[in-house]
Amino acid sequence: MRLPRMIKHALAGATLALAAAGSASAFPTKDITYVIPFNAGGESDVTARLQEAPFKKLAGHGFVIQYKVGAGGAAAWSQLNSLPADGHTIMGINLPHLFLQPMQGRVAYKTEDITVINVFQLTPHALIVPADSPIKTIEDYIAEAKKTPGAITVAGTGSNSANQVAQRSFDKAAGITTTYVPFTGTAATTAALLGKQVRAQWGFTTVAVEQGKNVRMLAVALDQRHKLFPDVPTFKEKGINLVGGAHRGVAVPKDTPEAAREQLSGIFSRINNDSAFRKKMEDGGYVLVNVGYKQVKPFMDGLGKEYVEIGRLLGLVK
Amino acid sequence: MEILSHFVQALTPLNVLLAVGGIVAGTIVGALPGLTATMAVAVLTPLTFTLEPGSALIALGAIYTGAIYGGCYSAILVNTPGTPSAIATTFDGFPMAKRGDGDLALTLANLASVCGGLVGAVALLLLAPPLARVALAFGPVEYFWLAILGLTLVAALSEGSLLKGTIGCGFGLLIATVGTAIVGGDTRFVFGTQTLIGGVNVVVALIGLFCIPVLIDLVATPDAHIKVNAEVRGYRLDEALRIGWASKWNLMRSSVIGTVIGILPAAGGAIAALIAYAEARRASARPGEFGKGAPDGILASESANNATVGGGFIPTLTLGIPGTPADAIILGALLVHGVRTGPNLFQEQSAIVYTFMFGLILATVLMLPLGLVLGRYAYKSIIAIPKAVLAPGIAFLTILGTYAIHNSMEDVGLMLGLGGVGWLLNRAGVPPAPIVLGVVLGPIAEQGFVQAWLIGSATGDLLGMFFGRPISLLIIAAAALVLFYPALARRFAGRRTAE
Repeated sequence: MRLPRMIKHALAGATLALAAAGSASAFPTKDITYVIPFNAGGESDVTARLQEAPFKKLAGHGFVIQYKVGAGGAAAWSQLNSLPADGHTIMGINLPHLFLQPMQGRVAYKTEDITVINVFQLTPHALIVPADSPIKTIEDYIAEAKKTPGAITVAGTGSNSANQVAQRSFDKAAGITTTYVPFTGTAATTAALLGKQVRAQWGFTTVAVEQGKNVRMLAVALDQRHKLFPDVPTFKEKGINLVGGAHRGVAVPKDTPEAAREQLSGIFSRINNDSAFRKKMEDGGYVLVNVGYKQVKPFMDGLGKEYVEIGRLLGLVK
Repeated sequence: MEILSHFVQALTPLNVLLAVGGIVAGTIVGALPGLTATMAVAVLTPLTFTLEPGSALIALGAIYTGAIYGGCYSAILVNTPGTPSAIATTFDGFPMAKRGDGDLALTLANLASVCGGLVGAVALLLLAPPLARVALAFGPVEYFWLAILGLTLVAALSEGSLLKGTIGCGFGLLIATVGTAIVGGDTRFVFGTQTLIGGVNVVVALIGLFCIPVLIDLVATPDAHIKVNAEVRGYRLDEALRIGWASKWNLMRSSVIGTVIGILPAAGGAIAALIAYAEARRASARPGEFGKGAPDGILASESANNATVGGGFIPTLTLGIPGTPADAIILGALLVHGVRTGPNLFQEQSAIVYTFMFGLILATVLMLPLGLVLGRYAYKSIIAIPKAVLAPGIAFLTILGTYAIHNSMEDVGLMLGLGGVGWLLNRAGVPPAPIVLGVVLGPIAEQGFVQAWLIGSATGDLLGMFFGRPISLLIIAAAALVLFYPALARRFAGRRTAE
């Protein structure tokens, strides 16, 4: 098994070297296959669609977007390393999924199997209530939860998901107990909030942007306030150490040559500087982050340590 | 009269062309088992990125409408729903085709789809904001009771033995529990495999349980696949119109049910058609004919599933909450176009919204002639193709369609396995319909129940949660009526004759 893979690796490297020798911008030589592990229309898909135009401008080739949906992304990630590793295949990744799924011990990949080359955006955690809720501030929320522990019902998408991570982390930091009610997909979750089936929702800033004046965001999990919501405090301002959300980026099959990894990662970093792309993403509530090829490893290691703690909180690690 | 100017805008030659193309493309994709309406929209969305947002929306709406309609072709002609929305169409569609009325069944399905589609689209045009509130009034407990109402259909689908039908339904519910639970995140019945972690996809189950037994019968028996009448009877439009007019209340009721269920973000076309079918059967003067080729069954199912198109766009456009998975993709496409749906859309971009709504009505009307011609073509091909070609052709499509769902060969294996089990069960008298009923409704019933339990426990009013909400009580009453009405009616009739 080792040998063929090495040959493949070497061949891919040689092709790339040849291509690179031809001209500096000879990579990529064809359209990039971009595998999205989630449904069309979701955050990962919308981002990829918006990235395509600037990618074409920078690299001269576009994307062939493929969907490999299943098991919350694990269906795609567990196959990543068996895909062609010539630099023309990339796959969307989502954190915390990549950390939390292997902790549950049932998926066929490990966090370190996935070669992440760039992390380009973040949807920050946000605590959201209906616009006419009597809960006006994060202090109200905490006071209400302390009055009758467990009585606040808060909706989120999925179990052991980013939303539940936010709920557990916040409740622990604030010393409160709430009832987390998981729903399938953001649509059903948001409908439950607007219909007052639940009192609050753990979601992302993107939800607050979509729902506009129907909802109120109590706080956002960023270091500084979000540009679109200058009046919404951060959790940090309120003395609660909750910074983060769901990060998205791209990974490549592990035999992809070093040069291709670096080049691809560079292109994604430059897409983040494209002003039209920036505006569309920021208007949607996304936060662009720049974790380029050199910074990916320390970034992943740092988050990995945080998620071991969170895994304990969720009861996934003993 | 500003609205009328939007109507004129929708009628540009390009938009009409897009509506025609969208309907045709959608119908063909929808007719192929495994290629669902959601997939049709997903695959064809990138093609619309070069268009104006209004035109792109019309194209996507037409593709979606066409795909939901196209599912009836394979449901009627091959007993395999082309999309999950057409599950209930197989119940009476295939028996009709088998006895030689396939042409009439296709025309009825076309009329019903256009009727349902128009009701849904007009509701979208005129009543979107108030109806959007319906979506919000529906909480977990209402979804739970709705699923229970759907499950009462098992009595109708059992073909004789209620016990065997219930066993089938139980098997379906068991299949639905496979995979990672949404509430709690436990994995169940995956037997250490990777394939089953995400659960059994509904379409995989549909193709396996419906199509494989059909294929086996196709090669195992010498009879023709469906009976063909020697005389050429054309579209049989007059006959279909007469049946449709006689069943106008059924059509209206099913269209309204479809519109309302389409609005609910966690339901969809399959459930709308099943519930409408159950209601049509309950209200019918001859419920015994359902499942044996009753035109009313097709009318109910097809009008309800096409009504979910317009219904589904209501929360998508007014709340930014997609009513169906296909709507989610269209919402994503709109974001790429720079159109933000939600509370502000009607004020800020009303031109696009109204152009789209009229475009959807236009596409639905165009579906009448286009669908009749396409349906005729499908019918002719099915009866003209010799069995030696038809069987491998269908077999090829089932494998292709199953593979296309997740680009996964494991799904194909799962489909074949379920098909084998389905065939054996069918031989033992357990038909596929109740099994699929369990697969479709199981997750909704389970999630609704657990979520309602969580919320009810947190608020300390568990009993009030399940039995104290007006919409819930209505649904419970409807379910009770479906279950006990036949017995009561018989008793009443018995007493009458005794007097």
